[in-house]
Amino acid sequence: MKIGYYPGCSLHATAREYEESLKAIVSILDIELEEVRDWACCGATSAHATNRFLSVALPARTLMLAERQKLNRILAPCAACYNRLASAHHAISRDKKIAARVQSILGSDFDNSVGIVSIAELLSEVTATIRQKAKAPLTGLKVACYYGCLLVRPPDVCGFDDAEAPNSLESIVSAAGATPVKWSMALECCGGGFSLSRTGSVVRLGRLILQSAIDAGAQAIVVACPMCHSNLDFRQNAMNERGGIEKRMPIMFLSELVGLSLGLSPARLGLDRHFVNPSPLLEQIGAAKTAQTRGENA
Amino acid sequence: MTKPSQQSLLDEIQETTGLNAAHCYQCGKCSAGCPMALEMELRTHEIIRFLQLDLREKLLTNESLWMCLTCETCTTRCPNEFDPAAVIDALRGIALKEHLDRVPRKILAFHSAFLDQIRTHGRIFEFGLIASYKLRSGALFADVATAPGMLVRGKLALAPRRIEGIDEVRRIFDKCVAGEERQ
Amino acid sequence: MSRIGVFICHCGENIGRTVDCARVAQSLGELPGVVHAIDYKYMCSDPGQALIKQAIQEKHLDGVVVGACSPHMHEKTFRKAAAAAGMNPFLCEMANLREHCSWIHEDRENATDKAIGLGRFIVEKIKYNHPLSPIFIPVERRALVIGAGIAGIQAALDIADGGCDVVLVEKEPSIGGHMSQLSETFPTLDCSQCILTPRMVEIAQHPRIKLLTYSEVESVEGYIGNFQVKIRKKARSIDDTLCNGCGECQKNCPNSKIPSEFDQGLGKRTAIYVPFPQAVPNIPVIDRANCALFKGRAKGVKKVVCGKCADVCGRKAINYDQQDSFVTENVGAIIVATGYQLYSVGKKQDSELLCGYGEYGYGDIPDVIDGLQFERLASASGPTGGKILRPSDHKEPKTVVFLQCIGSRDPAKGIEYCSKICCMYVAKHAMLYHHKVHGGKAVVFYMDIRAGGKGYDEFVRRAIEENHALYLRGRVSRMYRNGDTIRVHGFDTLSGEPMVIDADMVVLATAMRPQPGIASLAQKLSVSYDQHGFINEAHPKLRPVETNTAGVFVAGACQAPRDIPDSVAMASAAASKVLGLFSKELLEREPLIAHVDTATCAGCFHCERVCPYGAIVRKEIKDGRGRFIKIAAEVNPGVCQGCGTCQATCPSKSVELEGFTDEQIYAAVNAL
Repeated sequence: MKIGYYPGCSLHATAREYEESLKAIVSILDIELEEVRDWACCGATSAHATNRFLSVALPARTLMLAERQKLNRILAPCAACYNRLASAHHAISRDKKIAARVQSILGSDFDNSVGIVSIAELLSEVTATIRQKAKAPLTGLKVACYYGCLLVRPPDVCGFDDAEAPNSLESIVSAAGATPVKWSMALECCGGGFSLSRTGSVVRLGRLILQSAIDAGAQAIVVACPMCHSNLDFRQNAMNERGGIEKRMPIMFLSELVGLSLGLSPARLGLDRHFVNPSPLLEQIGAAKTAQTRGENA
Repeated sequence: MTKPSQQSLLDEIQETTGLNAAHCYQCGKCSAGCPMALEMELRTHEIIRFLQLDLREKLLTNESLWMCLTCETCTTRCPNEFDPAAVIDALRGIALKEHLDRVPRKILAFHSAFLDQIRTHGRIFEFGLIASYKLRSGALFADVATAPGMLVRGKLALAPRRIEGIDEVRRIFDKCVAGEERQ
Repeated sequence: MSRIGVFICHCGENIGRTVDCARVAQSLGELPGVVHAIDYKYMCSDPGQALIKQAIQEKHLDGVVVGACSPHMHEKTFRKAAAAAGMNPFLCEMANLREHCSWIHEDRENATDKAIGLGRFIVEKIKYNHPLSPIFIPVERRALVIGAGIAGIQAALDIADGGCDVVLVEKEPSIGGHMSQLSETFPTLDCSQCILTPRMVEIAQHPRIKLLTYSEVESVEGYIGNFQVKIRKKARSIDDTLCNGCGECQKNCPNSKIPSEFDQGLGKRTAIYVPFPQAVPNIPVIDRANCALFKGRAKGVKKVVCGKCADVCGRKAINYDQQDSFVTENVGAIIVATGYQLYSVGKKQDSELLCGYGEYGYGDIPDVIDGLQFERLASASGPTGGKILRPSDHKEPKTVVFLQCIGSRDPAKGIEYCSKICCMYVAKHAMLYHHKVHGGKAVVFYMDIRAGGKGYDEFVRRAIEENHALYLRGRVSRMYRNGDTIRVHGFDTLSGEPMVIDADMVVLATAMRPQPGIASLAQKLSVSYDQHGFINEAHPKLRPVETNTAGVFVAGACQAPRDIPDSVAMASAAASKVLGLFSKELLEREPLIAHVDTATCAGCFHCERVCPYGAIVRKEIKDGRGRFIKIAAEVNPGVCQGCGTCQATCPSKSVELEGFTDEQIYAAVNAL
């Protein structure tokens, strides 16, 4: 299938491995990504926290560009971008005042016809393919699926998966051969955009998430958002030092986890870019060896 | 300075967001699930209560407005299908206009730096973002130790790239923040 | 020529201030056919009525028009007065000069002109009125009560003690309803079964009550005073004329692992079972879905898989081949008293309007139970013998958290109303818990306390002041299993502090809803119900136990959430309405109903299709020698409500409404 693609700012920088792993797996899964040309930042938190029209107009421009490119769906792997695009789409379709203002701000008409999907929704559609093509299923690997806030909330904007008891990530993780654990912090906030401006909050919230995953017996946490990844991976040092967390818990992007099951090498998937080194874990599951013996899938 | 306003804050919010704060019956479920409740002086339901009581100045100058992470937990669970997250965003917009001096420095610095990046390049150039944030916030030395780690992992681009349609983006900014103070 | 009398009422200042009543009387007095026209301060008063009676007799009137208030108010009054003076009451009509004129206009000149027009309207109409006699229909002085919970039981006993026969239908194997499951009742803390079972026995022994348990209403035909109700008696697989309730069958049933409905899933029962020891009737039922013999039959197994109960039955009362049977009962009135069920917090709901509580685990978290389950734990005859033990490991919970308003007052979940009883029974639960578990801590999360009954507020205060229940004001955001406990994230808005409690057990006070299947029962009875399924009363203030269908009454929680005292009061009220209906042998109905001229009726039956009440029947028309001519329509005088839809539909103008014939209406309209 072909689908539009909106990487968002972090997939080209702080979450490079997210894009690397995503691009590596889509070809195996028969998915073709067409990047929206000349996309701009979605505005993230800073737009919606300061100016409502800005927070709708910036993503609306992206939707307009996608429409011009004749894309009827776009994938936004970053959960925050996904939520901003979907919220803009929702606001424009529901509120005539906003729709009119946005049209006048953008200076041209657009139909608001482009659908937005998250990586959870997209990969849910191809779990059968993942299972079929899993050369190195991650048997025995216990994974805590972390949804964060913006993948499934609020339900009328996202409209995919249950906002209180979601299971799309679990179904994808299972298709990759791993074992999702039952744990209680799947939907609790990681601290979002406070990484720089209120680091203490991020450490406090991240601690609770990490400890819960450890208590549930997880060996890794899988995420679908660069912000969540950064808060749990980049800031894990602080949680160890200040937060009393003893273990080092690898934080994996969903595409990295799926990529490993498809037999791709950790290097190809960008796993060496993490702050919490997943190598000990990977050695445990023999992923590195498997990729070596079976060769890489180009 | 606060502009004298005939309209109550509740009516103003209803006009801009379509949300009627009278729907809130103060059950506290939002505050009970709020991840930042422990750090907020005014909890979520109290913010809505201050709105219902039109305690404009007390509310708009309170730092708690800026603690909200927009995690949408409150909005998802509100029994009356009210949207506290959207109301808090709207209150922040008004607070920026009427009480800029009361916005917590680091948070304001971050949002200003972030939006400035978009206006300049169309996308976030992280190095530039961090540098701009540090200058604005005065948090010059925080996280400096992590920079080498980021560079080594290829997570910090050293040179910005500007999008082609940057004029479109700037036009959007101009039209959206028209008539308001630029940070 | 007509001899019509016109009487214009001032209604004090109500009409007189705006309408020049004297001018109206004078103007109408000049119309041909009007022989008497006066105005007076209060026509409805005794002297006012006397004026009408006097005029009828002295002037030999054959029509009376009273220009006054709405017919809703005083049509009956003036018709009675006319009848007392010897005139047919249906020759007396009212022109509404108050609600339709003086109360809505200000200009005196124009209002008076309009009043004259309104009067003329009725004067011209009444020239085409003819005398009508009331219709009398016989009343079957037997009542049907659907549902044998406390409301149905009370209603049945009141009607039976009032001298009329009752058929009491209950879908469960035993009567008693939810009240039989309760441990103690508020505010007295009476043992529920102790106060209920004497009533149940009374029902069983009452000579005027025919009890049909394990039965449901299949169809309803007819009308007030004359209903024919077909009832399905579901197959118990036991001959109730032979069974003596010895209980041997249950003792010997090999399958004793079935979750008991009476114990709300917390206890087990056998496949052949009596729901509880004090059941009325004390006759078991075979649960065919779980009985090995019947499961074998369903699979097509030839041999008899089990027959233990039949083997040990000393009376040979077991009958594996018993089928559902039907009886038809003729009754004159029906009371709906089907009670309630509790809302479920689960993901699957039986109504599109409802959602479950994902944030509370959709009901899948162990040791999170609802109010009825707590009642079964507290009940001495329950699965734990009255000890409060948590379901997962049977340990005594030292911290129990009670949540009020689960589903109720929660439009996001689909229920906007308050369920009324939860504040009281949660306080009761906290008290019982305090009595039974020493050192136990009860925490209640509430939004408001609704304790408006007699002794109710004092009861809740006792729970707080004497039984040390901790009341926290705030809804709970989320709960989840955390090791051996359930972590509850709540808030206390009174102190402004988040409240995170690790509970051993959580009790959810879930909303009250009508029973499943209420919509289909209501449709059989032609009664209306709201989006939640609650039966609609005829008028929320003044007619709380009647429905909009004549002869069908309502009592108890099927109409709205309510507690036992209110259900009992409502049941007695409904019973009194039924006894009032039955107090006459014949039911008098207004004759303003439709009538078919069979000479011109072509038998197209458009009227039958559009009649909302099913009042049109087909009648064979024969000639003088008894030879068949045609089939024509006929109106059933007992059912017709006089809506006039048939008259508007009939292509040949063969059906008309008495009192509103085309002739009358055209005459009136042409007078304007």
